[in-house]
Parts: sequence; structure tokens; C-alpha cells
Amino acid sequence: MLGTQLAELLDGEPAGLAQALELVRGLDAALAHGFARVGEEGARALADLAGALSVTPLGDRVAEAAGKLTAGSVADEHLLALAGARAALLGAGYDALLARLDAVLGRDRLGWQRRPVPAAPPPGAANALAACRSWLRELAITGWRGVDHDLVAAGGQPIEAALAVPGLRRLAVLLDGLAAELRASCPVATMPAVPARRWGDLWARAVLLADNGGLAGSGGGGGDAGEMVSGRLLVLGADVHEHGTAVQAQVHGVLEPAGGGAARLVRASVAAAKVDTIVGPALWRLLPAPTLLRALAEHRSLDVTDLPLHGGDLLWRDDQALVGEPADPFTTARVQLAAAAAAQAPPLDRHPVGIAEPVLLEGYAARTDAGAASFELGGHAVAVDVDRLPACGPLTAELVAASSACLGLVRWEAGRWLVQPLAVRATVKRKVVGVHNGDWAQGPTDPKVVKAEAKAGDAVAVLRERAGRLLRR
Amino acid sequence: MADADRGGWEQRSVVRVLPVVQPRKLAKVPFVELADGRLQGVVSSGSNLERVYVSSIVAGTGSYHCSTNNNRPCGGLRGAPCNHLHALADEAVLQYGADRVARYLRVDAGDGVATGAELLGRLGGRHEPMPAAVVFSRFLRHLAYLELPGTTTPVPELHWFPSSRVGC
Repeated sequence: MLGTQLAELLDGEPAGLAQALELVRGLDAALAHGFARVGEEGARALADLAGALSVTPLGDRVAEAAGKLTAGSVADEHLLALAGARAALLGAGYDALLARLDAVLGRDRLGWQRRPVPAAPPPGAANALAACRSWLRELAITGWRGVDHDLVAAGGQPIEAALAVPGLRRLAVLLDGLAAELRASCPVATMPAVPARRWGDLWARAVLLADNGGLAGSGGGGGDAGEMVSGRLLVLGADVHEHGTAVQAQVHGVLEPAGGGAARLVRASVAAAKVDTIVGPALWRLLPAPTLLRALAEHRSLDVTDLPLHGGDLLWRDDQALVGEPADPFTTARVQLAAAAAAQAPPLDRHPVGIAEPVLLEGYAARTDAGAASFELGGHAVAVDVDRLPACGPLTAELVAASSACLGLVRWEAGRWLVQPLAVRATVKRKVVGVHNGDWAQGPTDPKVVKAEAKAGDAVAVLRERAGRLLRR
Repeated sequence: MADADRGGWEQRSVVRVLPVVQPRKLAKVPFVELADGRLQGVVSSGSNLERVYVSSIVAGTGSYHCSTNNNRPCGGLRGAPCNHLHALADEAVLQYGADRVARYLRVDAGDGVATGAELLGRLGGRHEPMPAAVVFSRFLRHLAYLELPGTTTPVPELHWFPSSRVGC
């Protein structure tokens, strides 16, 4: 990414974005208050939302939902209409922001291939989905500010039921993350402020995922649809996500299709369930993709055969991949990133939080000012999201501050663009070293960290031993 | 948090609501949580591999209890918290930090509480029996997470939950 590109990106924001976010803010405030008794402000927010969407295909349903909710009747279909309206606004925001970023980077983005949506939820899911919808409805009626221990506890059974159905993993992981935050915030009424946007996001996505005809079917295997690809995968880096009971590594890379054709920007995801006491480098051991992790740790390419590709998401099958030649991610980025074609996200998944576009930044000045990091390039500064450096890897804020090249993901949050580092080249003890988020994917390479890990003991092994003795009794 | 920051915080999709959990050795106290208005957990028996104790402290009242998972009362409870409750409090302080535990239990931290023993010293509650099953079943559910198969289907929702080393 060049200084001139940065300047273009940072210059203003897409038209209409602020108005769309203002409508979302109003809805989120109503959700924080709860729909048991919609006040004047809530009624206005609902009416504004309905007005804004009136010319869209959702118009009638949102208008009806706004009317019924204001009158005090709360039904699942109305909540679904609100969640849909919210997703439409944020999805439009995502499209506008991404279009701007693509224009600046000169990045090609292939159109969305419409896939048949599963008409029915996965087998065995109906009861779990109904239970999740019921809890989501109670949350909406009560409002965040009214959430207490009993209401959080009522989520336990639906979440457990969803976790038991493999096809509902997305919903289960989402609700489990939300429930843990609510549990720790109880009683929410005593919080000085409520994370209204965040919890509104999570609630609305969950409502869409819990609808029988909506996204419910999209969390399963789904490996049969989409195009099949083979070729060489050049790894760029790993983006790691985690909450108390889940961890996911998304490995970004460039796929060179076998038999020629334009290179594609893709990502392979691997996720596992965990518990909150499993943290740090031990997380990698939970992820069931040894070949992918080896390529990540050793900076090697992968040869993949017949993997389903949905948009930009490569559905990983570890036994259909072979570790190949050494391939430096910085070289891959320098040579391939500009020409590789990106893909659209599925429409219902579009939300600014999902913007994570790989870029290479070089020749900048890294600055740290009162804990806030930034890269200055050609007289323009872009914020660096050092909060997103995972504890399971060696990349630290200090290394970012000492860096001169960065392979990262461009993100957008609350009105500003940020760069999330995946790897840096930094000068340490007068030597230039490359440090990557995924370097410890096969275990830490820093002797100090290895020693600390050994001293703390193997959390996974201890818990498995306990589980072996106490479960199934 | 300054008031000026609060408005921005409320309008952000990715904010850290839960502090990062600190790593700790799990052999002695495999399970600790702040849930259902209690600090509760499971403590391995020092003498019998097959036995665990369920220990809990109620927020607000400070009343406490400890028993085996089969509801046999702990012999160490003689008018004061037993060794298991001490171990629970110590590990909770390691995992969550003393401030967070004190706040959850609504213990008056006064000029600061740094250790599990100090926390227990300020509880001011009494022994009050409660069934072990509630906590024990939460522990079993906790362990069951490790039995769930992994997946390579993307979970886009996890973008709201970035991994972070802040606080580590």
C-alpha cells in the first residue's frame, strides 16, 4: 500500500454511512431499553428505521414490525424483520466501505455467486433453534439494561442444545460468546455504559442464524456446494479469533489455480471448542489441521486438491493438502497481492466488522503515542490495531513499533480505518527479522515461552484427565 | 473511562467486555467461575484421584459451602472456610485478578485485596449448605467442550472476538 493510496482511503467516508449508522444506533438504544415497554425515543427509532427501509423489499415487513413492537406485541417474525433491517443497513455500509478500499487498492472483486440456500435447517436442529429464538426474544423484551443472572442462566440450555448440532456451530459459538459477556456484566443495570452496538450486532446476527429459513443451514458442512479448486496456496498470515469457549485461525493466502487462471485471494478457517483456561500458544494444539499449521509455522506453500471454494472461503480438508516449498509471506505479498482477485462475502454475512483485507505496507515510520500505534507513510498516518495481536504468537506491540514492513489486514471500526498486523519485519539487536502471528503454530520457538509453558503444565491434558474420570458416569 | 470515550465505546462493534483470563495451573483447581451470583468451582481431592470437592461463595451475603460432588459435607468446614475454599479463592485471584473477584462478590475491598486469604477474611458470611449438583453439572459441561469436534467451516461471527494479548 502506497502513501497516495493511504491518503485516498483516509479522505472522507462513503456517502450515507453516517446516516445508516445513526439508524442502527437508534435501534440499538431501543434494544438496550427493551421492547417490553417502548418509550417515545424507541418508537421514534423504530419509525425512522421503517421509513428508511420503506423503499426496499424489506419495507412492508419492517413497517409492520415497527408498528407491532411499538404497540407492545413482540413476535419472532417482528424481531427477525428488525434484525434483517439492521443487517441490510450494515451490509450496505460494508459494501460501500469495501468498494472504496478496493478502488484505492485497485483490487478486483469477483461477483457473488448465488448459491441455493438450504430450505430446511440441519437435521435435529428444530428444537435447538426454537429454544435459541425464545431466549433471544426474552433478551429483546427485557433489554440489555434489565439482564440479570436468571436471564443469562436461561440461555444455558438453548446454547447447549445448539452446540450439540454440528450444523449450528456458528449460532452456538456466537451465543456462547454473548452469554459469557452478559454473565460477567450482571446485573447489567449497574454498568456505567452498555456496549450497545456490539451486543446489538451479536443479537441481530443470532436472530438471523436462528431463523429456520435463514442462515440456520449455513453453519454445517456445506462442503458440497461451490466451485472445487486445486492449485498452490501461498500463505500470507493468520488472523486468530477467540473467546472463552472457541478459537479460530483464519489463514489468508493467495491461491494459484492449477492449470492457470488468475490468482485468488482466499482464506482457510479452522476452529475448535475450548475452555477459558486454555490460552496462549496451547490454542494451536486444539486446531485439527496439522498440514495447514505446519505450512504456517514453516513459511511453506501448500498444494491443495479439490477443495470447495465459497466466495473467498476455502473449506479446508487437511488430508487434501500437501506441504510444499518454502515461501516467504512477504515475497508472496509483494509479488502476488496486487493482482490477486478477491471475492464477495455472502450477503447476510456482510458487516463492517468482517472487513479484513490483506495489504503490505513498507517504508513507513512506526509511531506510538500514548499507547496508540500508527504507521506514517507519505505524510499520512493510519492507526495500527495492536490490540488484535494474539497471545498465541510471537508478534508484540514492541516489535510492531520497531518494524519497517508490515503484512496486515485492513479493518474498519467506528469511523476509522485500521491495520491489524499479521507479520512484521523489524530490527531487533541490529538485525532485521521477520515475525509472524503463525510462527508458533507448531509450538513456541522462543525458549523463554517454552519454559513458561512447561512450568504452567499442559492445561488441555489436565482437563482431559479430569474429563476422562468424571464424564460419562 | 472518560465520558468522552464512553460514547465511542458504546458505538463500537469490537470492544473488550471480558478481561483476558490469566493462565494458571489447573491440577489442583480444574474449574473456577464467576456465575449465577457466586464464585464457584471444583477442587481436586488431595488424597483420592476419583474425588472432587465443589466449593462456592455467594456474592453479597458471603455465605460459603464445600462438599463432595455427592453432597457429602467437607470435613474441613469447622466454622470457617476450609482448605478447598482457600484454594478456590487463590486460583480465582490468579485467573481473574483480585479486583474482579472482589467486585463480583461485592466484598468491600477497602484499601485493596490482593490474595485469596484476604478475600475470605472480608467475606463476613457463614456456612450455608447448597446442593453441589448445580456447580458440578456446570463443570461437566465445561469439560464437555473439549469433546466437541473441531470444524473447518468458517465462523464469520468470531470476527467480533479477536484474540488479544492486551492484559497478558
